[in-house]
Amino acid sequence: MADNDEATEVATDDAEQAETTDDVERAYGVPVTESRGQRVLHPSADELVATVDALKADGFDQLLDVIGVDYLTHGPRTLPATVSAERFEVVYLLVSHAKHERIRLRVQVPADGAVVPTLFDHFPGSETPEREVFDMFGIDFEGHPDMCRILMPEDWDGHPLRKDYGMGRIPVQFKGAPTRR
Amino acid sequence: MTATEDLTPAAAVTSASAPLPEDAERVYRREDSAVLRMSEAEVAQLAIDAPAEALATNTDERTIMNMGPSHPSTHGVLRLVLELEGEVVKRSKPVVGYLHTGMEKTAEDLTYLQGSTNVTRMDYASPLFSELAFSLATEQLLDVEIPERATWIRMLMCELNRMSSHLLFMATNGMDLGAVSMMIYGWREREEVLRFFEMVTGLRMNHNYIRPGGVAADLPDGWRDEVLRLLEMIPPRLEEYDILMTGQPIWRERLQGVGVLNSTEALALGATGPILRSTGYAWDLRRDDPYLAYDQVDFDVIVGTYGDCFDRYAIRLNEIRESMRIVRQCLDKMPSGDFRVQDKKVTPPPRARIDESMEALIHHFKIFTEGFKVPEGEVYVAVESPRGELGCYIVSDGGPKPYRMHVRGPSFINLQTLPHLMYDGLLADGVAVISSVDPIMGEVDR
Repeated sequence: MADNDEATEVATDDAEQAETTDDVERAYGVPVTESRGQRVLHPSADELVATVDALKADGFDQLLDVIGVDYLTHGPRTLPATVSAERFEVVYLLVSHAKHERIRLRVQVPADGAVVPTLFDHFPGSETPEREVFDMFGIDFEGHPDMCRILMPEDWDGHPLRKDYGMGRIPVQFKGAPTRR
Repeated sequence: MTATEDLTPAAAVTSASAPLPEDAERVYRREDSAVLRMSEAEVAQLAIDAPAEALATNTDERTIMNMGPSHPSTHGVLRLVLELEGEVVKRSKPVVGYLHTGMEKTAEDLTYLQGSTNVTRMDYASPLFSELAFSLATEQLLDVEIPERATWIRMLMCELNRMSSHLLFMATNGMDLGAVSMMIYGWREREEVLRFFEMVTGLRMNHNYIRPGGVAADLPDGWRDEVLRLLEMIPPRLEEYDILMTGQPIWRERLQGVGVLNSTEALALGATGPILRSTGYAWDLRRDDPYLAYDQVDFDVIVGTYGDCFDRYAIRLNEIRESMRIVRQCLDKMPSGDFRVQDKKVTPPPRARIDESMEALIHHFKIFTEGFKVPEGEVYVAVESPRGELGCYIVSDGGPKPYRMHVRGPSFINLQTLPHLMYDGLLADGVAVISSVDPIMGEVDR
């Protein structure tokens, strides 16, 4: 229980800081926060490429993953004051092997016009994770060399990991063999 | 069928703002790259478009061929669309998703206690690592510290799991290359490790043993003797593997210089684990970003030199030996104490208490039906699985179920190296390459 209190305390502290000081803490030109020992950058979709350029120049040499999150039913969340929460979020995980440091990028993506620039030209390894995010959330990566579904069939409708995509069952594709009875 | 013109490298490269590294230029290519970026419909259209006489007369043309998803050497249900020029593989595209069951969606409907039963089914050859990543992430969100004994039990079990996973690789790799007796040997040794798992967790696979808050049960009586028996039995068998494969000319002929990648390319493609280390790049999360108690044990990070299939084989073989070294230290240093955290919020009461205390019964019931609430926030935790960095990203909205749970499956990302490894190689070598990437499709498709 004590842990819970502490966690909420930290959260409120952060919120207060963001409200009282007009100037949001920045790194690589974008707002930065801390999450359990890892720095989190909050670039906008437009700032993303410049931020990644700066990170790459600073020794962050590997992009580990691209993750989509749909915040449809969990609107309020702790973000720097200058960043407005949108429905989708694309999370990039980068690591610097020289500095033994991880950094996370959280990009807010609105529901209408869910487009983010691709990072293929920086890290070709973003190709399949970006396809996965597209497949699961319908977020488009502008300039991606092969923007198509990866896990679901090519002709599938809808994006399964969106929160408004029902958990309901789909009709069974294989019918039982006809019986005489 | 397709008539792709000769390769003009560099011409088609769209450059990023920074200059491209010269030794990795090929992985940045959009056109004329090793990756066949073509959808199924486009491939089908090619066959319709191609004039019949061209098919009959022109032998220089490239052929598009399908390999898998039901193919003995594609390790489950991996499908490859290959563009062949005679017997030489040109571009290729791994097609995945045949095992996709929406586990990340399922995770949003399971409590944190049930979550490890879900993630354990992702990488079925090394299930304990998925459980570990998930549990560590949940514990970070909860901000609980697990007892020392639980940490060491986790380490012991994970290293044994790394051994069983690599032994499985030895078996399948041998089989793919025609060393059929190796398949039997590898499975045999793996089975011995799984027997120990069965003794501890009750199951050979999909253990659900590592849970948020510690492990499911303490090590049973006689566990130490069993581990010692394994440690005694396996080293001479590994020597046998060396005789059977490592030094054998045919084996070397098949693997050396096949499927070569350099470290700049591996980094650019996001590859981790033995694939990255085979290029000579020493990066192992156990040493470089220590979790559990890996900073208190002594072991070496095995690296290769050439980044070829042989290096990837040799790394895995020697990692079994390093894992045994860690297991031996776990035996020596195993502390006594609790195997799970005594935090009433996270841990159900002991079974015996339920019979005598109403409160304990209610508590037990509440934890297993409602689950425990996890503070709001998001966290990413990564562990070094036998295949590379296995990470778990959890977003919590303060409820008893994860709002979003994502697992970074190393196989999924590592599969991106496959077209580059296979490019310009023989189709028969392609089998060796797929095998050396060691993808586990359960983890790829999730």
